[in-house]
Amino acid sequence: MSAMQKLVGWIDDRFPLTSNWKAHLSEYYAPKNFNFWYFFGSLALLVLVNQIVTGIFLTMNYKPDAKLAFASVEYIMRDVEWGWLIRYMHSVGASMFFVVVYLHMFRGLIYGSYRKPRELVWIFGMMIYLALMAEAFMGYLLPWGQMSFWGAQVIISLFGAIPYVGDALSLWIRGDFVVSDATLNRFFAFHVIALPLVLLGLVVAHIIALHEVGSNNPEGIEIKKHKDPVTHIPLDGIPFHPYYTVKDIVGVVVFLMVFSAIIFFAPEMGGWFLEPDNFIPANPFKTPEHISPLWYFTPFYAILRAIPDKLLGVMSMGASVVIMFFLPWLDRSKVKSIRYRGTLYKVILTLFVISFIGLGYVGTKEPTPTFTLIARVLSIMYFAFFILMPWYTTIDKTKPVPERIPE
Amino acid sequence: MKKLLIALLFAPLTVLASENVHLDKAPVNLQDYASLQRGARTFTNYCLTCHSANYMRYSRLQDIGLTKDQIKHNLMFATDAIGSRMTIAMRPEDSKKWFGMAPPDLTVEARSRTPDWIYTYLRSFYRDDKRPTGWNNTVFPNVAMPDVLYGLQGQQVLKDAGNGDKSELVLAVPGKMSAAEYDATVGDLVNYLAWMGEPGKIKRMELGVMVLLFLGLFFILAYYLKKEFWKDIH
Repeated sequence: MSAMQKLVGWIDDRFPLTSNWKAHLSEYYAPKNFNFWYFFGSLALLVLVNQIVTGIFLTMNYKPDAKLAFASVEYIMRDVEWGWLIRYMHSVGASMFFVVVYLHMFRGLIYGSYRKPRELVWIFGMMIYLALMAEAFMGYLLPWGQMSFWGAQVIISLFGAIPYVGDALSLWIRGDFVVSDATLNRFFAFHVIALPLVLLGLVVAHIIALHEVGSNNPEGIEIKKHKDPVTHIPLDGIPFHPYYTVKDIVGVVVFLMVFSAIIFFAPEMGGWFLEPDNFIPANPFKTPEHISPLWYFTPFYAILRAIPDKLLGVMSMGASVVIMFFLPWLDRSKVKSIRYRGTLYKVILTLFVISFIGLGYVGTKEPTPTFTLIARVLSIMYFAFFILMPWYTTIDKTKPVPERIPE
Repeated sequence: MKKLLIALLFAPLTVLASENVHLDKAPVNLQDYASLQRGARTFTNYCLTCHSANYMRYSRLQDIGLTKDQIKHNLMFATDAIGSRMTIAMRPEDSKKWFGMAPPDLTVEARSRTPDWIYTYLRSFYRDDKRPTGWNNTVFPNVAMPDVLYGLQGQQVLKDAGNGDKSELVLAVPGKMSAAEYDATVGDLVNYLAWMGEPGKIKRMELGVMVLLFLGLFFILAYYLKKEFWKDIH
């Protein structure tokens, strides 16, 4: 026995190292037919690590103080060794997190990954998405620019629409009558410790739930139905490590190329990732002409503005996110994957994608009558996708699903 | 297609910047050190009395090819510590009284306004007796700032073309410079402001090329590694 084996044996007697390695990597059997869409789970994990590591270094130099915050960000950009790179990795990383997560969620949508027995995988995923939105919203206040300030001011005041407790609630959230130093300080606490802890816990739960039931695949077939009679290994499964670890490295490199191209050549991404107004220090006495959240919130922001009544608008915005939790029970189709669904579903899914991207675009624009009308039509399309799902997935003409993954 | 995508990508920026005013293209070239140095001189002479650049250190001017001595003798008036920031003596509470608002810090002004906006703005002042300063601006109507560069440019007036036609700026009193010279001076100044907004930009892009080259090589390795492992999976 080599020294290495001895050491592993010593650890195994005290800690389930080898058994965990096997259960989650070398003997976790994943379907062999993962395609392009299956890169985004591991990429989301990569971006999470990027955000945490760069965040730690930013925290070392950032000052959560309304008088110092804006200057400390510029200090990081100019005087801290490699500070500009760390800051851009973090700010571009935030947007890329949403890019990756939206693609990851879309994968779940087209291959029915939320369907039984993966309902909890989906629900944990949705909770991650919610926590991520809170994390991004609070992080955006920290640079203390005009958009940081007024974005937070607008979003927190939305809570004021709730009857009876609304005003008290928004006051409680801000810790002041307007967004102020107190707000900045508590958002900093939430952004750097509370929400990251929640996120990490949820990510672990998401992965444990996934490994309990096994991964779905582009065919929407359960590979556990056909196991080798002797080894009990799924016939269409391959060990995650080394097969998907080496494959994911390729995905990681391609992602890093895109990520680096943005960081080094267009970190503001033409105003989409860093808004021009956020290079002006927060000024509570000067409202910017046009307040709009960053792109990843704009679909929901557009729904909010589409409704003429403030309370109904806030409720619709909340509902547009919450309704996604119910997807596993709204879908009544006999098949999971889009590959075996009928034309009806494909048309409706396309309309949904158009509505989501369209709402995202309209949410960045001034609410002119034309844009408001478009936002209303798109909001109806958005909600119809979910509300009518039990109906159209039942009447949709599906194709027969094969028993095994085709060669 | 590519152009369309790029246009779409930059749409919000152009929308934010335009505000229905036509903006001239600023001659920004961050590698033109002579232009940046001329811009730094104009900036310290004309802007850095009312406007601070609180996040910018004088020593950083070495990045555009100036020596410490050149910076100390030609550009630093209020201090002689090379590592100090470009602060001003004017107090915000005073300037607020004098101008109605404290002049904004200009360190990252080019990143919020865009160079094109500043370039057009600084060439769009005109005489207006209705304003307390005697100056107005077509890009920024009723701006609090007077035209401090009129000695160079001369004094423009807004000539009303009448009948809803666009009014235009006409030079009424010539300054020390010709129109072309003035445009070049403002061009250098805006170039400097763009550089000061992010002094490390050129370095960032140079590093980016190296990073992408490295990742390109890494991709080849990763791709063949994956192919080797997967050759027996069908």
